[in-house]
Amino acid sequence: MKTLNSKRIINVTKILIDCSKRSKKFSFGFYGLLVFVFVGFILSPLAPFDPRIWNTAPRDRPPSLQYFLGTTSTGQDMFWLLCWSIRSSLTIGFVSGLVVVLLGVLIGLIAGFKGGLVDHIVMLVTDIFIVIPEMPIMILLVFLFHKMASLLFLSGVIALFTWARPLRQIRAQVLSLREREFINTAWFSGRNTFSIVLKEILPHLIPWILALVANFSLIAIGFEAGLAVIGLSLAQEATLGMLIYWVLQYNAIFRNIWWWFLPSIFAICFLFLVLFCLYSGVTDLITREV
Amino acid sequence: MCASVMNVIDLVAAYQTSERNIVVVDRLNLSLPKTGIIGIAGESGCGKTTLIKVLYGLIEPPLKVLSGDVLIRPDNENALSLLKMSEKEINRLRWRFFSYIPQASMSVLNPVMRIEDQFFDQMVGEKVGKSELRKQLSEYLNRMGLPHEVLRSYPHQLSGGMRQRVIIIMALLFQPRIIFADEPTTALDVVVQRGILEMMRDAQRSLKNLLVVVTHDMGMHYQISDFMVMMYSGKIVETGNAEEIFKDPLHPYTKMLISSLPRIGDKLKREGIKGSPPSFYNLPQGCRFHPRCPYAVPICRKEEPPVVNINNRSVSCHIIG
Amino acid sequence: METETPQSLLLKAENLTKVFRIGGIVLGTRLTAVDNVSFYLEHGKSKIMSIVGESGCGKTTLAKMMLRILEPTGGKILLEGRDIFKLKKKQEKWFKQTIQPIFQNPLEAFNPLIRVDDYLFNTATNLCDASNKEEAIKIVDESLSSVGLDLERVIGKFPREFSGGELQRMSVARALIPKPKIIIADEPVSNVDASIRMNIVNLFLDLKSKYNISFIYITHDLSTAYYISDLIAIMYRGSIVEYGSAEIVMTDPLHPYTETLLQAVPRIGEKWDGKIKLSGIEVKEFEATGCKFSFRCPYVKDSCRQKRPPLTALKDGREVACFRY
Repeated sequence: MKTLNSKRIINVTKILIDCSKRSKKFSFGFYGLLVFVFVGFILSPLAPFDPRIWNTAPRDRPPSLQYFLGTTSTGQDMFWLLCWSIRSSLTIGFVSGLVVVLLGVLIGLIAGFKGGLVDHIVMLVTDIFIVIPEMPIMILLVFLFHKMASLLFLSGVIALFTWARPLRQIRAQVLSLREREFINTAWFSGRNTFSIVLKEILPHLIPWILALVANFSLIAIGFEAGLAVIGLSLAQEATLGMLIYWVLQYNAIFRNIWWWFLPSIFAICFLFLVLFCLYSGVTDLITREV
Repeated sequence: MCASVMNVIDLVAAYQTSERNIVVVDRLNLSLPKTGIIGIAGESGCGKTTLIKVLYGLIEPPLKVLSGDVLIRPDNENALSLLKMSEKEINRLRWRFFSYIPQASMSVLNPVMRIEDQFFDQMVGEKVGKSELRKQLSEYLNRMGLPHEVLRSYPHQLSGGMRQRVIIIMALLFQPRIIFADEPTTALDVVVQRGILEMMRDAQRSLKNLLVVVTHDMGMHYQISDFMVMMYSGKIVETGNAEEIFKDPLHPYTKMLISSLPRIGDKLKREGIKGSPPSFYNLPQGCRFHPRCPYAVPICRKEEPPVVNINNRSVSCHIIG
Repeated sequence: METETPQSLLLKAENLTKVFRIGGIVLGTRLTAVDNVSFYLEHGKSKIMSIVGESGCGKTTLAKMMLRILEPTGGKILLEGRDIFKLKKKQEKWFKQTIQPIFQNPLEAFNPLIRVDDYLFNTATNLCDASNKEEAIKIVDESLSSVGLDLERVIGKFPREFSGGELQRMSVARALIPKPKIIIADEPVSNVDASIRMNIVNLFLDLKSKYNISFIYITHDLSTAYYISDLIAIMYRGSIVEYGSAEIVMTDPLHPYTETLLQAVPRIGEKWDGKIKLSGIEVKEFEATGCKFSFRCPYVKDSCRQKRPPLTALKDGREVACFRY
């Protein structure tokens, strides 16, 4: 299996740098994401105290040397709060996105390659899930299981509703790859089904997997923000969606507390943009290769 | 040969990639006579399709002409440079001075217009009325063996063979001085193929213009070309009367290629040429054919061979002449 | 007609039919790509049999069925007496050791993301029971040298680092590794440059005599088919219309379609005389109830349109599907 040695890391880095050169979208998305990851995972643990706790700072103070982005109406240091929220949102996004795509790959490979009854059943189930209106049911679930709420629970709920789409995309790719001549050559070289799927088809899917993780992370973050704005996200957690929720609750826009609402809105929009560019850049590069 | 209808002078055409220019037609010189059927032969990657695109003025990125010129005589007198003309000026010449029949698998037909309307479209600006045009078209349709209903049909309702015949009619309609045909019969039924080739030959004989047929199929050249131009890796290696070339090929590549093709009726053992055509990324020094040539001598590896003219034929080889 | 029992035939195709449904179950139409085709290959001296026809005649579909890539709608294929569509799990390996393919497009035959030697080594390990790396290397090396290639030159490289001709040779080398009895080559030289086509065609002749491998050579190119084959089957719209020794069929064709084909193909050596008349009527020849060629046949009679002529055996071992015989 894959070994994580220095040669591999150097290879991967080379590929990433090459991709950034060839697609502006990709480089914008990739480096932008690195910035967010830095802020969320490297900066935020440096917070002097848990920024989620209210009233740790004087309220409504504009930006100053002491409070870089000022303070909120709930008595929180905006800068550290923002860092923490980015971390939470990224976590939800990645966990959801990764789970959903890996699941999609696993099932999509089997359904797409085997075909027949298995494929029909899988397609039926995915179609049902795609057609279900997500928001009302998510609202219901979160409302009912409100006690178990945690970041992971939220990621799980979001994953439940988004797993169908990447599966279809992966399956479509597998269907077209299955028809290619080299699959026949592989059969006649004595490879069995498992080996063909793993060694011949999967490598072609890797760029798609990356693109889909970017895309579905974005979707997950969006769902969380949607839930948050209507008050169904986790009040005790700090996510970008919750930031916006509290901004609205405290009427920060009309009260002109720009250091609270501007960075919040800007952060979430910019994160969306970055993830979208990453997704779009990778798909561009894939189609250009072809 | 008296004044030619098109002169290619030291043409260098290349494809631009992000790293460099890949030269696909390299300092090519060619003089096209006013009448006859010229066959441009060569394998995939020899540059013949690129050459035709340049000669028809279809120079779009990444294709670029790096140097050289293409001179034409649209009114039989003054030589004009095709490469210096604007797109608008070239458009005025299209279908009228020269026309182009693309590979059968592609189409110049507009999928959302009836065939008849596409012809009328071309006629905008001409002094011929619709009824006169319809009459001409009927005659052509008859000659091509196409039923009258074709005029009112859409392209997708016709088979590949019928579409190709319609395109040929379009190419012939204004009686242009040059008709370029690039692999005009690929993907077509064998019987339709012969019919189309014979028809194109008949049209050339009656219009007395120039038909340039580009194909890798040597059998096709044997059947219809009067004069042949053999290309290899971006260069012309031999030209001359087609019958003479088949009977007595001079250039080693032509000789070996023709003798490698099996004929029905004789079981003579045939050999291919060893090696493969060079990639344009990595061309050999000197004569491009030397790595595969059994007759290569030291100078072949160093210098590009000069063009030698012998009796209306020309060869580009060090050991001949 | 065979007087042999099925076991003594190497390959026997019996009444093979393949019908495709185009456009959905309710409103779609049926296309009979292969229509009741039968032929056989004997054991003993290896032969090259060509299946010749234009695009759309069903030859590629036939090849795919022989390789078990497609399942027939009717009929069966017997390889050394066994029905290839009813094989047990254990016999699948035997199948791949007996019959191997060479595909048309050498660039598509290999996965661009996988090194080419990977396929060769896999074939050696899986189908030849090479127990260790040295044995596998020996087998692969031997195979590569029979096609004129060098292991040193090939090892570790990806398909894009080779030319079309070289890749096609590697396809042949790979197919040779399990020492099959039959190789099915589907248009193996159509995508290869003209100057090196004969190198590969001659290679087939070489392998036939050296290793006693029979080839089924599928092509639309009459000249190479004539050059290489012992037997030839001419296909038209899904049916075999003429069958027999290549030499006789091509120099003295009986079926009107074979005649047409030979006259229409542009060949070096004989200039065309006379003219072909083209028609605009492109009819659904696949669905004809009578002879499929009746729409274009210069000798057509009324009886041709009503009944389909069966493939009749003639005295000299040939078979023709035409009412004139």
